[in-house]
Amino acid sequence: MPETTTEAGRDAAPAPFEPRIVAFFCNWCTYLAADLAGTTRLKYAPNIRVVRLMCSGRIDPQFVLDAFAQGADGVLIGGCHPGDCHYESGNYKTLRRFHLLRRMLRDLGIEEERFRLEWISASEAEPLRVAVNDMVEKVRALGPLNLAVPAEHAEEPEEVAVP
Amino acid sequence: MTDKPKVAFYWCASCGGCEEAVVDLAEQVLDVVAAVDIVFWPVALDFKRKDVEAMADGSLAAAFINGAVRSTEQEEMVHLLRRKAQTVVAFGSCSHLGGIPGLANLFDRDGVLASAYLESPSTVNPDGVLPRPRSEEDGHRLTIPALFETVRSLDQVIDVDYYLPGCAPTPKLIAEAVMALLAGKLPPKGSVLAPDVALCDECPRKKTKPEQLALSAFKRPSEVILNEEECLLAQGVLCLGAATRSGCEAVCIKGNMPCTGCFGPTSRVKDQGAKALSGIASLVASNDAAEIERILGSIPDPVGTLYRYSLPSSLLRRRRPAAAAAAKG
Repeated sequence: MPETTTEAGRDAAPAPFEPRIVAFFCNWCTYLAADLAGTTRLKYAPNIRVVRLMCSGRIDPQFVLDAFAQGADGVLIGGCHPGDCHYESGNYKTLRRFHLLRRMLRDLGIEEERFRLEWISASEAEPLRVAVNDMVEKVRALGPLNLAVPAEHAEEPEEVAVP
Repeated sequence: MTDKPKVAFYWCASCGGCEEAVVDLAEQVLDVVAAVDIVFWPVALDFKRKDVEAMADGSLAAAFINGAVRSTEQEEMVHLLRRKAQTVVAFGSCSHLGGIPGLANLFDRDGVLASAYLESPSTVNPDGVLPRPRSEEDGHRLTIPALFETVRSLDQVIDVDYYLPGCAPTPKLIAEAVMALLAGKLPPKGSVLAPDVALCDECPRKKTKPEQLALSAFKRPSEVILNEEECLLAQGVLCLGAATRSGCEAVCIKGNMPCTGCFGPTSRVKDQGAKALSGIASLVASNDAAEIERILGSIPDPVGTLYRYSLPSSLLRRRRPAAAAAAKG
């Protein structure tokens, strides 16, 4: 994982907001682009946590929701360019799911900038750098998602019925 | 009183359809009544909360609780029934998953109250009176239950032993569950008392499903004349059978209506709406972003359609609270 850079401000007392972004990268393209970025010493924001999958088509929408539910401020999907899928059509299925999921997330109050799909091939370390940096800045501007699953008793249980 | 096992029925945020389902047992209800004593059932029998409070803890063999939990009264009652009952069965979609009332999680409490008491076209409320949990009238202090911000499924409030799915559960499943309970032949705790396969498995139109489904538009049942034999998805109608547990005997399909998902997901799926989305979206017959957007645009309300019964038990559980407040203002 390209997390060689230090996480700025981790130990500082009132740490500035650092977006946490879960990145699901396809093994055949974007994951290799991230690898290439590392070997060529290309620097990009250290805010993404990469999960490698064999295909972007493997990304169950449940993975995305689970990431948000567990505290991610954004979710980035990296897959192969149209026509380049190692399994022929996995990226097209991802594209279709992405459109409906983004709309559903918007209806659930999660801004579009927090959920992003990028086609990045194995040789495209620079586009990866640009995409990650851009997403981190946009999510930073939005602020934390604050989606911690509400406590069971988020409400004051003061109104107790008198018998 | 005899020494027959005692059972209770209770309703929380529900429509009464689950009570109706018990009555729909028809003559089988006699077998149930012969085998158990119903000691609490607000819709049908005149027992009060104090009667339940007077019972010894654990003295009820079972409590069947339907409805989602959205008020302080409901929360107290389910905690009370949990103490009194050895077995708690979440009865019906609302109790199991949050159900239709769970769609209130797209709003917050103030938005729900404003919509019901102030903004609805059929409401006449010139003074803008809203229910208040506490009030004083002529020196009398009055209280009514308060609404929570978030609607919850039963297992988000108390420990639940079994789930009877469905809106409402079918008489067959109810009878099987009661008889299994009486015979002590229940599956492991936490089980949903219905088959653990998707509805397509028992769908009478299963063999008409094409090998490769490809959808270029989603139509609502009111917009088309539906063939009564053919797979509904193949006809472009959004049917959730593939993402929904079977056991209902495909009653909606037999009525030529698509499955809306009331039995919830199978045990392999955590989030029914997300899984339904995954399957449905991947069937869209285009590889072009604009065209995909256009085709999916014919689904009017993705959250209300794919999470019709399960928003509170989904991974996100509700609309983001801050966003709910912003949408209202």
